[in-house]
Amino acid sequence: MPDVQALVNDFLNKLKKRKIEGSQATSRQTAELLRSVISQQRVPYNNQAGALIDAVKAVGEQLIAANPVELAVGNIVRRVLHIIREEDLSLTTAAMAGLNLSAVSDDEDDEERDDLPVLSAAVVAAAARSTLRPPSLQTLLEDMPDSAAIPHTSSSGGDSEGKSKSADKSSRSRKLKHDVIEAVNELIQDITTCHEQIAEQAVEHIHQNEVILTLGSSRTVLEFLCAAKEKKRSFRVFVAEGAPRYQGHLLAKELVARGLQTTLITDSAVFAMISRVNMVIVGAHAVMANGGVIAPVGLNMVALAAQKHAVPFVVLAGSHKLCPLYPHNPEVLLNELRSPSELLDFGEFSDCLDFRSVTGSPLLHVVNPTFDYVPPSLLVCSSLTRCLELRWKENVDGEILEILAQFITSC
Amino acid sequence: MDPRRAPRTVSDPKVRQVGFFAPGAAIPDRSQSGPPDHISSLPPTIADLSPSGANSLSPVMIPPPRHASAPLSPLRRDTVPVGSYNASDFMPATSPTAATSSSDDVAWVGRGGRAGAASSSFPGGGFDMPAASSVPASGLTTVSVVNLPPGLSEKAGVAAELQNDRTTHSKPLKEKMTKAERRALQEAQRAAKAAAKAEGGKAPPASSGAVSSANAKSAKAAKPSSQKNDNVTVAASEKKGSDRPPEKDRKKDVPQPRMQYDDKSRVEKAKKRAVVKQTEARNRVELFRHLPQYEHGTQLPDLESKFFQLDPMHPAVYKVGLQYLSGDLCGGNARCIAMLLAFQEVIKDYSTPPEKTLVRDLTAKIGSYVSFLIECRPLSISMGNAIRFLKNRIAKLPLTFSESEAKATLHSDIDRFINEKIILADKVIVKHAVTKIRDGDVLLTYGSSSAVEMILLHAHELGKQFRVVVVDSRPKLEGKLLLRRLVGKGISCTYTHMNAVSYIMHEVTRVFLGASSVLSNGTVYSSVGTACVAMVAHAFHVPVLVCCEAYKFHERVQLDSICSNELGDPDAISKVGGRGEINFLDGCANSENLQLLNLIYDATPSDYVSMIITDYGMVPPTSVPVIVREYGREHLWI
Repeated sequence: MPDVQALVNDFLNKLKKRKIEGSQATSRQTAELLRSVISQQRVPYNNQAGALIDAVKAVGEQLIAANPVELAVGNIVRRVLHIIREEDLSLTTAAMAGLNLSAVSDDEDDEERDDLPVLSAAVVAAAARSTLRPPSLQTLLEDMPDSAAIPHTSSSGGDSEGKSKSADKSSRSRKLKHDVIEAVNELIQDITTCHEQIAEQAVEHIHQNEVILTLGSSRTVLEFLCAAKEKKRSFRVFVAEGAPRYQGHLLAKELVARGLQTTLITDSAVFAMISRVNMVIVGAHAVMANGGVIAPVGLNMVALAAQKHAVPFVVLAGSHKLCPLYPHNPEVLLNELRSPSELLDFGEFSDCLDFRSVTGSPLLHVVNPTFDYVPPSLLVCSSLTRCLELRWKENVDGEILEILAQFITSC
Repeated sequence: MDPRRAPRTVSDPKVRQVGFFAPGAAIPDRSQSGPPDHISSLPPTIADLSPSGANSLSPVMIPPPRHASAPLSPLRRDTVPVGSYNASDFMPATSPTAATSSSDDVAWVGRGGRAGAASSSFPGGGFDMPAASSVPASGLTTVSVVNLPPGLSEKAGVAAELQNDRTTHSKPLKEKMTKAERRALQEAQRAAKAAAKAEGGKAPPASSGAVSSANAKSAKAAKPSSQKNDNVTVAASEKKGSDRPPEKDRKKDVPQPRMQYDDKSRVEKAKKRAVVKQTEARNRVELFRHLPQYEHGTQLPDLESKFFQLDPMHPAVYKVGLQYLSGDLCGGNARCIAMLLAFQEVIKDYSTPPEKTLVRDLTAKIGSYVSFLIECRPLSISMGNAIRFLKNRIAKLPLTFSESEAKATLHSDIDRFINEKIILADKVIVKHAVTKIRDGDVLLTYGSSSAVEMILLHAHELGKQFRVVVVDSRPKLEGKLLLRRLVGKGISCTYTHMNAVSYIMHEVTRVFLGASSVLSNGTVYSSVGTACVAMVAHAFHVPVLVCCEAYKFHERVQLDSICSNELGDPDAISKVGGRGEINFLDGCANSENLQLLNLIYDATPSDYVSMIITDYGMVPPTSVPVIVREYGREHLWI
């Protein structure tokens, strides 16, 4: 599969060079890449799911390593793995049911019959376990060895028994791949439409004459606000510009173009203005397992200000941003420092760059982080459980593909 | 006067004695010389005290008990409660502040001949300053000394108790007045009078008059009241109260409600008078309609062309106004000094028109200049205070003064204000603040504050090893200039922007902030963004030290940043300097729906402030009203 390898390499390069902006684009492209990996993957007769999983894992590890800060890549890889396992499981159970029926119908084959109860018992146990355990993002990871192992060993066991089922197997393997690709397609579909799905809820949260503050630019937020506007709600928006990238200017422009009353303020004026704001709506980079949010730089400050004034702080995040990892020292480990040229003009400060202290270390440092970590204590407090619930549900059926985690900082 | 006096003597102590009161305050009462002392403290006393009072500056936060250290004569101990009682509430404004503090580092010592006046005016800056009346304690030791058991005066509740003491003690008090003391007193008064005359009114105008009349009055006042001696002082200090603006003036003291620019009729009126023709900005933010917002840059060329035509405007004022307008001059202290210097020029070139009195005409003239300056840029609170001071000085000029005398007086008053309230105050602040910097500290500062810069440079000169984080924000990016200066001096710096403040706060150990003003509820009114920095620092449990000269304190109260603020050039928001690629808003600047808001100030709630470093020492924000109350008048009087 040279072409797939080329695709992977290309994507890796893009990730490493940070050419892909935004988690939505990243996750969509990741899913597409994984889809082609799966479709190109040659599947053996036995253990098709295992082969697929191995292939996806191998690629996924490379992708994650290429940009460890972009958590969406890892999330999507995990999702795809989960899809493969689920499809495999459902196929196995279906096959087992079919086998059971056949076993019951012809009583000739004793060996088969003896074998069957064991198989079905294992499958049933696996299925039971997966239903009993709340299937959350975390369990996806933990389940990996078991759920992968059990069905395959059992199916291989059954496989060695008789050749009568080979035709069935081949159809199953084709079916598995087909099903997985279908499911991945659905996933891609969901990622691309996540903005719309989140925006649908806008009217439930924005009322007439509301004053909303946001910082920087997020497509989700833009769609959300516009959706409320289209529903004839009139409200005004304060946009903090979000130095040093000034994406807020972009957002303000878009909002103005769509006829919203928009006021652009500097980031430093956030505290001054927040006392007149009804709600803060921001986008996020990732939502961590503890409920904390990795967000564009500056949002921790906004969250603090919102807490001070008891303003609801709403984070809009598509499901691809939900990350099963617990953050450890996220300000440093899940952050990225961008070029200082965004803050200081090298030409202007070229003379200062040469200054050294006695020890020889440079006197001038410029810090330009990309992300902020907003701890759950700032966001959640009482509604943490609710937020987890939302996430939980999302993983159970994989249907709720957008999540609106609303944390009210009332305490 | 009288009707007002009576209730005050009785009720005031109870009502007002809250907060920090220095026990030492006792003295003035005792010695009848009280009033004269505050006003133009006597040369002899001063000579005596400066050595004793030259306590090293120790940075302590308002510790009343400290004053016990003032030299005391054992004789007077019993009188104490009375003394502290009276003095602390009657002299709130004037504390002569003597030379207690750091006569070594303070320039006014060298200001020749004017010892008396100087002592009366300089806020001190010593550690004991915050406790207002402590200073007189040491200052007056020669005359009569009182020592108050530490802590006695700290509680407001003590007041009542004291009142009792007062009556019981009054007798012995009187007896205690020895002949020698009385003579000393008289001599002192005489000297003061002489000095006042010689100085040609450099001393506060009321002083000499007050001295004599106070004595006379005090005698009178003593009679009706049974409380004799104490009441004398009461009366005396009340008399001194007569220096205080009479009712009418007092009302004027209360800052008028500001001009609200959404009041159409008043805006129209103001426009007619205006020298600077400003065009109103197009898209104004609804919330800020009450603030003036003009197109920036349009009126500058116009004004420049009028430079030689503007008859009524003094060129010095005009120049300063243009500097405000163009933004060349910014920073509270710089603006204030520039304005005062311009007024000094004005006064120098001033000659009273025939048929007019200097006091009225000059006041009106200054008033018109001020309104010109306001048109150029709204006044900062520090400037407002300085103008109040100047107008007060003008109003207080004795009618007997000749024009040249009056001009000389005002000239030196302005000099004194600049030196003592701004330059020396900064030095004192630096001295205090430096003690809070330890080796290995990481200090964060926001924007560019002259006081903070001085602190950092001084600490560096002292050889302290520390690192500075300069946080900056658009649109002014003042931090860049500060960064350049600090790096040039060899201080290790980290530069970052507003949004990254919570990223960088992990490593910070202290936050030093400047302030445009500190309001009496402890709110720090400062350049926009200060509140954010203070808030984040508070969240990360990093102490926030605000450096602010006491002349910037104001008795107003502000709860948010919206009711009173200043709007800057909105176009500065849409254009990102030095980043040509960010031009998203180029096309839609004229769109109806887009408003650009460039706030200049914001209000930091006092919860976020650990300490305010001022020339009266290091105080918690809750002590600001005390300083405003105790020293507010002094700023007007000096």
